[in-house]
Amino acid sequence: MSTPNAHYGFAERWLPRLVLAPSFLLTLVFLYGFIAWNGYLSFTNSRLLPNYEWAGLVQYATLFENERWWVAVRNLGIFAVLFIGGAMAIGITLAILLDQKVRGEGAIRTLYLYPMALSFVVTGTAWKWMLNPGLGLEKLMHDWGFTSFTFDWLVNSEMSIYTVVIAGLWQSSGFVMALFLAGLRGVDDSIIKAAQIDGATLPRIYWKIILPALRPVVFSTLMILSHIAIKSFDLVMALTGGGPGFSSDLPATYMYSMAFTRGQTGLGAASAMMMLATVAAIVVPYLYSELRKDSHG
Amino acid sequence: MRNLKLGLMAGSMALAFSAQAAEVEVLHYWTSGGEAKAAAELKKMMEGKGNKWKDFAVAGGGGENAMTALKTRVVSGNPPAAAQIKGPSIQEWGDEGVLGSIDAVAKKEGWDKVLPPVVSNVMKYKGQYVAAPVNVHRVNWLWVNPELLKKANAKVPSTWDEFFVTAAALQKAGIQPLAYGGQPWQDSTVFESVALGVGGVDFYKKAFVQLDPATMSGPTMVKVLETYKKLKPFTDKNAAGREWNLATSMVINGKAAMQFMGDWAKGEFLAAGKVPGKDFLCVAAPGTANAFTFNIDSFAMFKLKDAAAMKGQNDLASTLMSPAFQEVFNLNKGSIPARTDLKMDKFDECGKKSAVDFKATAAKGGLVPSWAHGMAMKSATQGAVYDAVTQFWNDDKMSAKDAAAKLAAAAKTK
Repeated sequence: MSTPNAHYGFAERWLPRLVLAPSFLLTLVFLYGFIAWNGYLSFTNSRLLPNYEWAGLVQYATLFENERWWVAVRNLGIFAVLFIGGAMAIGITLAILLDQKVRGEGAIRTLYLYPMALSFVVTGTAWKWMLNPGLGLEKLMHDWGFTSFTFDWLVNSEMSIYTVVIAGLWQSSGFVMALFLAGLRGVDDSIIKAAQIDGATLPRIYWKIILPALRPVVFSTLMILSHIAIKSFDLVMALTGGGPGFSSDLPATYMYSMAFTRGQTGLGAASAMMMLATVAAIVVPYLYSELRKDSHG
Repeated sequence: MRNLKLGLMAGSMALAFSAQAAEVEVLHYWTSGGEAKAAAELKKMMEGKGNKWKDFAVAGGGGENAMTALKTRVVSGNPPAAAQIKGPSIQEWGDEGVLGSIDAVAKKEGWDKVLPPVVSNVMKYKGQYVAAPVNVHRVNWLWVNPELLKKANAKVPSTWDEFFVTAAALQKAGIQPLAYGGQPWQDSTVFESVALGVGGVDFYKKAFVQLDPATMSGPTMVKVLETYKKLKPFTDKNAAGREWNLATSMVINGKAAMQFMGDWAKGEFLAAGKVPGKDFLCVAAPGTANAFTFNIDSFAMFKLKDAAAMKGQNDLASTLMSPAFQEVFNLNKGSIPARTDLKMDKFDECGKKSAVDFKATAAKGGLVPSWAHGMAMKSATQGAVYDAVTQFWNDDKMSAKDAAAKLAAAAKTK
């Protein structure tokens, strides 16, 4: 190893770069290239197909006057807060409970993680049937004799976004649980034992010692959940189709219908840029703090 | 039938002799029962002329998904030979400079003579034929299950006042009066019939064709919206998101008594083995007996580079307009031929009535484009108006006056 070989040195220097070059190039073109293209389109008057005449901020002005866009933004706010908060809360609780060395842990863990194996389209369709007043839960309750029971969120334009939250939570809570369980298992036993000797109660140990030690897990989970929330599209399409009316629209479904079904490519591009800005607002500070840490460490 | 067999024979011979048959790729969204049968007829005839048919069917009632698929193909420089595009959208695609002319075929076959001007104008871009019409749908129909009406001792309504009497009687008898599909395009389809019935032809033209803001937010529109909203108690709670053909099958199976839908619904009745006039009735939507909202399906032709493919495209245009195809196709689809020179002998009662009304309203001025089906507005405007209508239908707190103001704002979308 220590005897330097000319060929080996060359390979060592160039091989990694050579191997990484194709994926670097692909990312450059298909990610950043297309972001730039979309950014340009958002400043044009593109209708059915892209057109490259500069039109300034017209599309953004139209977007901000559009009521449907604000419904989508409000829905994203509701969905993101409840979905991220809910999935974290349920996931952490499940992980802590499973961490108590219960019997049959393996089987239970698999059971909770299983929804993650399904695509959002399957989840959405299944929940659509369960929440449909004439097919699912409400009908079941009526058949059992509870005729005053109503659960019509799916067809109620004020509540429809919450059905998306329910289905999203069902899908993702198990995944959050798995992440936290792995984190919990990684906490050094001796710290916990020391705390126990000092007379700390179990909830206190979790709250004050273990969870703070899991900060990196919390951060990466937050990152994953928030990008799922912002780009959420298939779940809404399968579950409510954005309806009733457009009451459960999210920015992603809004962008799709403007750009692809309404012949308003420019407006769609503008809404996509707003989504990108939202993601960037979350990711950039995070990356910044991470990279700074790296250069110091 | 004999002609068809001959055609097929000729076709197979042509196939045997031509070394390379042109492949004709056609994008359409005819995927439900009656429509799929109609599409199969087209395929048969094209293969009869020695062309290879490449089916490019994209499901989704209003054709929204099909348009998405089409855009992807056109942007990537690989358009299909023809696509199901209609109304002002043909002009929009023409503006993008991607449509090819089929004027040569149209001149040779004298399309101008057999098509009413209101139809041929839609098919031309800058004076040249770029699309071929295949049918005329009437949208302002009310489909009725007469057996259920008899049970409730109610009569078929011809005005809106009568409609609400009938609906109340049905509800009292424990029958769901109205089958409804809660999708934006269906909301607007029903709304359009209400507007035509309550407001009349002149109001309809002013509001939805000329997009006059004062008419859009005026007192007549408020009345139209109020009437439209009065329908909601007569529908079921599970209507949200329901496909139109599922709503039609509710009328077929006796689960609901009536449905507002264009005459493509007839194909579903026929496919279920029902007889018009006996098992189901087709009547003009209340108050619209002297009007006709038309929805014309057509195929727009795209610019192609390959000469063999262009020949296939010309064959397609000529097949689409041939009397044989227009007849057999429309018998399956439930619509009437766009050609006015055909005999209607083989058509059922509903078809004959539709053809008579088509000619009569064309002469008297009651023939209006169906905006809910992309015949009157550009897609962006139409989408914005859809939004306003569907929001009003689903939001029980919105007043008709607010909704009218929203409609007027939506109509300004360019």
